[in-house]
Amino acid sequence: MSQEDDLPRPERIPFFQRVLENPFLLLFIGIVMPTVFYVLWGVMEVATIPVAP
Amino acid sequence: MSSFLPPSERVWWNTPIGKQEIVWIGVALVWCLIMFLMMPYWHIYGKQNLSNEAYQTTPARFQAKVDEMVTQHKVGDISGIPVVKPPAGSDVYMLGRLWQWYPIIELEKGQSYRLHLSSMDWNHGFSLQPVNINLQIVPGYEMVLTVTPDQAGEFTVVCNEFCGIGHHLMLGKIFVKEN
Amino acid sequence: MAQFRVCPDSGFYFDKSAESLMKANAVAGAVSLLIAGILGLGVILTRWQGVHLLPADTFYQVLTGHGINALIFWIIFFEMAILYFASSTLLRTRIAAPRWAWAGFALMIIGMVMNNIAVLQGNSSVMMTSYAPMQAAPHFYLGLILFAVGALIGCFVFLGTLVIARDDRTYEGSIPLVTFGALTACIIAIFTIACGAIILVPTFLWSIGYIGHIDAAMYRVIWWGLGHSSQQINVAAHVSVWYLIIGVLFNARPMSEKVSRSAFLLYILFLQLASAHHILVDPGISSEWKVFNTSYAMYLAVLASMIHGLTIPGSMEVAQRAKGYTKGMFEWLRKAPWDNPVFSGFFFALIIFGFIGGITGVVMGTEQINIIIHNTIYVPAHFHATVAVGTTLTFMALTYLLIPVLFRRALFLPWMAKWQPYVFSAGMTLMILFQLGAGTLGVSRRHWDMDFTGAMLSFEYPGTAYTLMAVAGVGGVLGVLGGAMYLIVTVGSLLFGKKLDESAGLFQGFGVPLAPSSYNVSQPERLPMAPKLAVEEHGSGGFEAPGTFALAMALLVCFVVYYFINWDYLASVWPLS
Repeated sequence: MSQEDDLPRPERIPFFQRVLENPFLLLFIGIVMPTVFYVLWGVMEVATIPVAP
Repeated sequence: MSSFLPPSERVWWNTPIGKQEIVWIGVALVWCLIMFLMMPYWHIYGKQNLSNEAYQTTPARFQAKVDEMVTQHKVGDISGIPVVKPPAGSDVYMLGRLWQWYPIIELEKGQSYRLHLSSMDWNHGFSLQPVNINLQIVPGYEMVLTVTPDQAGEFTVVCNEFCGIGHHLMLGKIFVKEN
Repeated sequence: MAQFRVCPDSGFYFDKSAESLMKANAVAGAVSLLIAGILGLGVILTRWQGVHLLPADTFYQVLTGHGINALIFWIIFFEMAILYFASSTLLRTRIAAPRWAWAGFALMIIGMVMNNIAVLQGNSSVMMTSYAPMQAAPHFYLGLILFAVGALIGCFVFLGTLVIARDDRTYEGSIPLVTFGALTACIIAIFTIACGAIILVPTFLWSIGYIGHIDAAMYRVIWWGLGHSSQQINVAAHVSVWYLIIGVLFNARPMSEKVSRSAFLLYILFLQLASAHHILVDPGISSEWKVFNTSYAMYLAVLASMIHGLTIPGSMEVAQRAKGYTKGMFEWLRKAPWDNPVFSGFFFALIIFGFIGGITGVVMGTEQINIIIHNTIYVPAHFHATVAVGTTLTFMALTYLLIPVLFRRALFLPWMAKWQPYVFSAGMTLMILFQLGAGTLGVSRRHWDMDFTGAMLSFEYPGTAYTLMAVAGVGGVLGVLGGAMYLIVTVGSLLFGKKLDESAGLFQGFGVPLAPSSYNVSQPERLPMAPKLAVEEHGSGGFEAPGTFALAMALLVCFVVYYFINWDYLASVWPLS
């Protein structure tokens, strides 16, 4: 480990680690992903089924 | 013990990953992609795919289509249920209701039919035995698929979605005749 | 001021309010499991056609109760206990808003009782799925809604506790991996409950007459956002517990924090899409939607599970090798504490979840292969491998850890505890494998009578199907026996187990000592980061866990072979397009 470890930390933590350390960001993407791809897209699929001729 | 303690480094993202894990992730990822590509592959080269053709309908409208087919192509009956022999290539209608699949259908081997399925009341499960084709039949929706029976014989439609106390009484028949 | 106690056997700190909440939730979970187990016996003895115990109406009623108690109440109560443990205890912090947490618990209890009463009254035998337009009594839905609201409060208490711990700086560095896994479970739970609210609130209003119509196809899509995702909470929760158990038993550290946490991130992103597994043969939904969702967006959540499948036993192997169990490929595993139900339960859960539950799940969730599996008894066989063994057995194993650590009691009848994971796994595996076979022969799930007695038309399944269902019945009974052993040990320990005051050296009985620590520390010290390794283990050029790698490759081979067998089987059915 280099001595730079003792410098102020926040800006030195890699982006992905910062993402993984933010529970509310994770909560947000964990809700948005399935809501968009599963629920909304799925509801659109059902809603756009044409009426029988 | 560090699985329930904070990681031993403040910046753990940069810790190198062991070779074993890298190899396994690579192998697993390749396998995942193969499995993913198998589905589109089968849509192009496989013979068992659902068309996903479907329509919104009502029990009354679907019933009318079934009745029309029954009057036109009825050839007999079994236990009071009409047996219908629609021409090869035509539209065939079958409905599920508490607790019966209606009517009985007679098909010709090797011919294709457009099979329309719907429910008059609750969810039902179209489970063709012993072929083992299973479809979800949802009230208010008319599912259409093209089937090409490639075996002759007597086939049974078992209901495999729970539909109340008489669920186990709900059977239907499809006969496939050699031409 | 929050009050803490230190468990002298494990060194865990328990905030007094959090501790009572964990106990209450765990006990409520065990009660639900008791109900589920008794009802499960009724189910399996009826599906065993030679016994055919219950009449049709009772069978469907019992099946409804079994499903809801096992798949909703038992696991979610227990998961609440895990959330409080993973936040308050592992981070050495007071719990956020304990009053709210108790209110949530009260709602969950009311909801559970209300729903069970509805089923007991007999006019709500609609199965766990309660597909509209089949209608249950209003309090059936209301019970589920109250339960879900209570669980949602628990999730927010968990998140609040993470915030308190961060603000109070009760730990150094990042949250532990186990807590991160619990966070994953919590996020999935919040999505699950949101879907539940979207569909169950209108359904409740429909059952009391305020809404005229619930669209059957729409109901299925949204309900499965609840029904399947609720089981994905389990996956995240039990994987976290596996990491906890290898940490407690072996002092194991994750092979790589980055890899394990990224795998949990893949769960957060993609696991919940698999609700589509249930919609693959529904009318009118495009193949694009089906393929994307059923594959968790290119199987990235499966990738995550395969990663955990390597890193969990791998981390254990590394720790065991460091202790000197280095002979051959598998000494680390042979010399594991097989007498300790915490270990055996965990390990059987891992193996059965991976080899049976995981593989069958991916196979039947393949868009086209689902045609030959949908609604056959293959489906319950699959989810008994994932939930009834993967999750339930993991929670059982964790219970054997919590009885001394949380409840401060010695295990009652330790010999029974020792054998319990063996009996339960053997029984369930037997049941699962034979039901998978019967499902392949087309035997239907949720079906009272495979003889179709009284039907106007007739149909006979092949004789083999009856044999398979009978053997499955024997397995199921054995599984119920294993479940009963668990409850006897658990309830017995809480009532009659020796009270533990000082460090009892409790785990020596199973061959695994835990580090003792001082007693009655009033203010927890800040949770330190894990000690750095004396020797850098990576970059040695070799594989640090060769035995695990061999197991993982065995899993892959089984997976590939079984996957293509099923494509081959699909190719033999009537052409459809």
